[in-house]
Amino acid sequence: MQSIQILAIIFSIGVFVGIVDLIRRGMLKEQYAILWLISAVILLVLSVWRGLLDKIARVLEVVYPPALLFLVAFVFLLLIVLHFSVIISDISEKNKKISQEIAMLKTRLEEMRKGGKR
Amino acid sequence: MNRVLVIIPAYNEAESVEGVISSVKKELPDAGILVVNDGSTDTTGHIAKKLGATVIDLPYNMGIGAAMQTGYKYAANMGYDIAVQVDADGQHPPDQIKHLIGPAMEGRADMVIGSRFLGTGEYQPSLARNIGIKVFAMVVSMITGHRLTDTTSGFRAASKEAIRFFTQTYPEDYPEVEVVVLLHKAGFHIMEVPVNMEPRSGGKSSITPLQAIYYMIKVLLAVFIDMLKKVER
Repeated sequence: MQSIQILAIIFSIGVFVGIVDLIRRGMLKEQYAILWLISAVILLVLSVWRGLLDKIARVLEVVYPPALLFLVAFVFLLLIVLHFSVIISDISEKNKKISQEIAMLKTRLEEMRKGGKR
Repeated sequence: MNRVLVIIPAYNEAESVEGVISSVKKELPDAGILVVNDGSTDTTGHIAKKLGATVIDLPYNMGIGAAMQTGYKYAANMGYDIAVQVDADGQHPPDQIKHLIGPAMEGRADMVIGSRFLGTGEYQPSLARNIGIKVFAMVVSMITGHRLTDTTSGFRAASKEAIRFFTQTYPEDYPEVEVVVLLHKAGFHIMEVPVNMEPRSGGKSSITPLQAIYYMIKVLLAVFIDMLKKVER
């Protein structure tokens, strides 16, 4: 086993443990953690089983195996970012609704308070 | 008797909001007046309250779309039959409101838009603005199959059904043009009536020429996206 592989395995395990710890401490919601957990597992599998990348590259007729790694990583990150955009849209829509509700409630409350004094 | 709510969205319009509210009161003594104060940093909200208008203070500047939607939500909650949008900058003369609410009350349209280009108005927009207005008019007329001349006009009245629709769906950034397309997609009837508008009595126009070009492109894109959207009535 080469030292770079040992390093890769340690790093992958570190990422996985880090993500699990974030979930455990409630800093990362489970629904958003799934993508990250999957990527950590893939990272771990690829670093333990070195030949896998070469095999997949051969099947897909990719000449330079690391290019495949970059492609997969890129697509994965793209998906995660898109996922975030969807979440942000959803959150801002909800934020708008809440703000509108609060503003209307404040007005109603003021009106009721004034009405009570009369 | 139909209950009418005049919705005045206002962002830092302390100079002009007083005049608008008092002339709405004079013209439509029975109508409710709601000022949606869109996070103003000046005294717009205080002035409106002092004049006896209902004021909804939005917690931050949410933009004209969210502000108007708040107004429509209030109208729906309070059971109003007609909601009229009147800008706080004094462009929309309250003595023209009756032209807008007439057709909405008679059930001839769900949205009545006050157009500056029908009839007698002598409104002369700048060149860039005029091109924009013409392009929108053309595109929206093509989409809806009705001849519309002033889709960017914010001077408009909505029926009870349209109000209910707006509580669910209302575009955010520059909503006037998009609203027309969305209403059409949802099967509502839209109509234009001639109105006169005043030059602004206070504050500055919200857009510069460069922004006008950006605005045009953005709205056209938004309109095309709206065409693809699923619209539920």
